[in-house]
Amino acid sequence: MRIWLAVVRRDLLLASRRRSDMANTLAFFIVVVSLVPLGVGPEPALLRTITPGMVWIAALLAAMLSLSRLFADDHADGTLDQLLLGREPLVLIVAAKATAHWLLTGLPLTLLALPLGVVFDLDGGSCATLVASLLLGTPALSLIGAVGAALTLGLRGGGVLVSLLVLPLTVPVLIFGAGAVETYAGGLSPQAHLLLLTGLSVAAAALAPWAIAAALRISVE
Amino acid sequence: MLDVLDLGCVRGERQLFAGLTLHAAPGACVWIAGENGAGKTSLLRTLCGLMAPAAGEVRWDGSDVRTLREDYWSTLLYVGHLNGIKDDLTALENVRLAATLNGAAADAANAENAAAALRRLGLAGRERVATRTLSQGQKRRVALARLCVVPAARLWILDEPFTALDAAGVAAIAALIGAHQDKGGIVVLTTHQEVDLPGPVQRVDLAGGDRAPEPAR
Repeated sequence: MRIWLAVVRRDLLLASRRRSDMANTLAFFIVVVSLVPLGVGPEPALLRTITPGMVWIAALLAAMLSLSRLFADDHADGTLDQLLLGREPLVLIVAAKATAHWLLTGLPLTLLALPLGVVFDLDGGSCATLVASLLLGTPALSLIGAVGAALTLGLRGGGVLVSLLVLPLTVPVLIFGAGAVETYAGGLSPQAHLLLLTGLSVAAAALAPWAIAAALRISVE
Repeated sequence: MLDVLDLGCVRGERQLFAGLTLHAAPGACVWIAGENGAGKTSLLRTLCGLMAPAAGEVRWDGSDVRTLREDYWSTLLYVGHLNGIKDDLTALENVRLAATLNGAAADAANAENAAAALRRLGLAGRERVATRTLSQGQKRRVALARLCVVPAARLWILDEPFTALDAAGVAAIAALIGAHQDKGGIVVLTTHQEVDLPGPVQRVDLAGGDRAPEPAR
């Protein structure tokens, strides 16, 4: 547990020294969402319908954007070797790195979704459902994405490859995430969708670290 | 006790070395010599357990290091040819982090040890500047300061530790290696420099990298 905390703190400290990286991700998210009305036209009713899905897609893409560098920086300066040769299980260390990634992308994206929802004229309940669905679903994105990042470490064009590998795996998260708000707007309780999202995140938290650790060991050989 | 049995290494299509056998008892310092491309770094990474050997086995106290894993790594300290330090962190933060990864608590004693290690390597007054502003030699010193803060490590594997160091830096590291040997530690290192090491040195020559490739495996 101590090693988990130490690695989370390390990654947050590194991010605080390089704030532009996180700012880029969030700016990308806002720009993608803002482009949609320009593309599909400014009809409020239409925008209200597609906002949840489009916020989810933008969040997915923004999370992908930052994934390729999750392990690449550590690999380039040799610190990854040090993490791999630690006395603590690698599973804890990669779980910490995925947690830090979520704190730096998933959580801020979730918080940003609230003002975006208001801008696109979602009612209070829909906004709350959207934020709840992102809060419960984005951990799965970071965890599944980290598996892809570990597998493509050191490959040329790794960034695109991560997206190709990871995006299909995130389809269930996207469906239940965007579906939660639609269900609420249709007058039903979004509870089932939110529970399924929680289940996906919990399952990812239980399984992904093992896959990430194994993938990293293969990638550094 | 480190035993290397009939070790072979293949990179891509090329056989780098084969049939390498060496034994390092407590207090030994093994100097791996060989020209560029002879497979020194690959050998060290195999000894660390980062790479799977193409043939043969690396044993620590009689057990295969690929099965010992964390038990082996808790006694191992590896300084690769990459420094393994973060440019955005200060020297002190880097050394403290290395100690934490190797089991030290992140407390005041850890901070004091890390500061003492940096002083010992001639970095007094540089503890709190980001390592990106340090010179190559100073960065190497920050990386090597790890040697002072992980007392549990019995085996040091050092890939070109003296690169970019000035005469005083080389002497400081040589003294650390000698002290480690005196305590019964084992050191495996590569270097192209002529360095006066205080303890006994066991030299292992890797044949040059110009051997014909082995038939397809």
